[in-house]
Amino acid sequence: MKAVAEFKIHYRQILGPGGELVAPLPTFAQDAAEVLRMYEAMTLVRVFDAKAVNLQRTGQLGTYPSCLGHEAAHVGVGAAMRAEDVLAPVYREFGTQLWRGVTMTEILTYWAGDERGNDFAVPRQDFAWCVPIATQTLHAAGAAMAFKILKEPRCALAYIGDGGTSEGAFYEALNLAGSRALPVVFVIVNNGWAISVPVKAQTAAQTLAQKAVSAGIPGVQVDGNDVFAVRAVVGEALEAARHGGGPSLIEALTYRLSDHTTADDASRYRSAQEVKDAWALEPLIRFRAYLRNAGLWEAAKEKALLDQCASKVDAAVTEYLGKAKPSTDAMFDHLFAALPSQLREQRLVARKYGAKSSGH
Amino acid sequence: MAHGWEMQHDANVVVIGQDVGANGGVFRATAGLQERFGDDRVQDTPLAEATIAGMSVGMATHGLKPVAEIQFMGFLYPALDQIVNHMSRMRNRTRGRLSCPVVIRMPHGGGIHAPEHHSESTETMLCHIPGIRVVCPSSPVRAYGLLLAAIRDPDPVMFLEPVRLYRAMRQEVNDDGQALPLDVCFILREGCDVTIVTWGAMTIETLRAVAELDKRGISAEVIDLATLSPIDIETILASVAKTGRLVIVHEAARNVGVGAEIAALVAEHSLFDLQSPIRRVAGFDTIMPLFKLEHDYIPGVQRIIDAVELTFAD
Repeated sequence: MKAVAEFKIHYRQILGPGGELVAPLPTFAQDAAEVLRMYEAMTLVRVFDAKAVNLQRTGQLGTYPSCLGHEAAHVGVGAAMRAEDVLAPVYREFGTQLWRGVTMTEILTYWAGDERGNDFAVPRQDFAWCVPIATQTLHAAGAAMAFKILKEPRCALAYIGDGGTSEGAFYEALNLAGSRALPVVFVIVNNGWAISVPVKAQTAAQTLAQKAVSAGIPGVQVDGNDVFAVRAVVGEALEAARHGGGPSLIEALTYRLSDHTTADDASRYRSAQEVKDAWALEPLIRFRAYLRNAGLWEAAKEKALLDQCASKVDAAVTEYLGKAKPSTDAMFDHLFAALPSQLREQRLVARKYGAKSSGH
Repeated sequence: MAHGWEMQHDANVVVIGQDVGANGGVFRATAGLQERFGDDRVQDTPLAEATIAGMSVGMATHGLKPVAEIQFMGFLYPALDQIVNHMSRMRNRTRGRLSCPVVIRMPHGGGIHAPEHHSESTETMLCHIPGIRVVCPSSPVRAYGLLLAAIRDPDPVMFLEPVRLYRAMRQEVNDDGQALPLDVCFILREGCDVTIVTWGAMTIETLRAVAELDKRGISAEVIDLATLSPIDIETILASVAKTGRLVIVHEAARNVGVGAEIAALVAEHSLFDLQSPIRRVAGFDTIMPLFKLEHDYIPGVQRIIDAVELTFAD
């Protein structure tokens, strides 16, 4: 029998777990200022994330999905995108969003149960957080279709988790994007766990990247704890997409060091040893080692950076906590471009009784 | 025709769906459009309804106005996740930063001997979703004007096209780009003894019943609901204030149907205008049967006449 189709999935890594270079530095990584900018962004989101979890624990924030351990994947993607590109996030990719201009105050506002957090001052055209799993992949494909029809040299990028790759919408989006050569990149952040279900229970496939094969598009795996490799791979995929090369699928391998959300307790379903092993591979350790070896980093700079991040986070928290509860009109005023007269009466009822509620 | 007018006058309007291109749609609603406007603006999609709705969201939030066709209402359900969770709430959840000017057209109802799953009227499911409009025309003229209005509307509109009207009704339509208003009912016929509210293809049986009732000395006012959500209750209340009687006629199942909402609103606002209980004539709360029995399911002229006469016996 002859083989009618064959495929290979390549794996990319630039920084090894000890911060050693295992492949040549990409151009962007030869710019010390840019490299430090990425390190600072990863540190900021680490500090922010710890604060957000703390706010939830102390009753000052709703359920919150920590991004602990995902900093390289998220900042690498953010740094590879252009401002005019469009991001379709899931709900955990704060590193990408902060890089693109979403503010910590907006993030906290949304996760405190207030839609105003979705009204990003920047970037205006990015999609908001997407809780229904995998549905956002079709939005990214649709936006890419719009860019193609309107002849705008922009790309869309959709995130999805490892669990999300089991959803039909994910396959539909890959299929649509491939069949129309759309300028869209799909990034699977494979952090090992979909709440309590490990990847091996989602699929018999050896990699998630190979799901691209069924859609006839390129698929590649990357070390998701290696910010250089993530930025390089995503950057190449975006440039190809921007210049008519069509979509691609990237699987970034990382680990969810936190619980799924603050409402979850991961110790119920995974071993302490597994988590301990994962900590040895987390992205900041290797990046810091690389910077030290390159003569770009030292203990004093680290301390100054942590202080700076803490004050930025504190300022955002102060701003967030100072926000007044939205008025009850907020439920009605953005439902349609103009509120149908049928709903005006209900808006009045909400006003009458809303004024009497304590806000909880 | 409405597609063509609007595509000619608004470069951001695009048509997507299954077989809408070279084939012109299974009911020929998009015939000739691909030839006229090219295959970027008139696109056959992969055979996937969630794709059609999901890509419409992305296209609409990023500069286009998609007019999407779902081949039959019975095939809408894979798209509901996108409609409920995204299309309907995009404007609200982003505080107006992003919005979805999308029209999803779909053939609605039975009566043309179609195969299983091709004859559904499940508008109630759509009417329950906040943030979208649900529109159902009752004639070619109204289909033209309401579709134009739906495409021009800045928010999502579910546009239900009664299949019996594709086949049963021929009407001269002026291709003049004049839209009809959304969110209002149309009074098809004035009368003073009883108000009948209906929509879509059921206007056919209702008007036949009314002609018969005329001979029996009962003057019925017929209201075409047209926009099923939000409901223009003011027009209905004004009519009931005049006639004192209300009969609601729809093809969809009775249970939690749009008729129930109309009845409740009239009871809440105008109970004391009523001289007799409200009557509903609706599809049965059964599965829409295969076509041997479909005309036994769809309310006929006699059921409507009997229901109206009951309001005088009460």
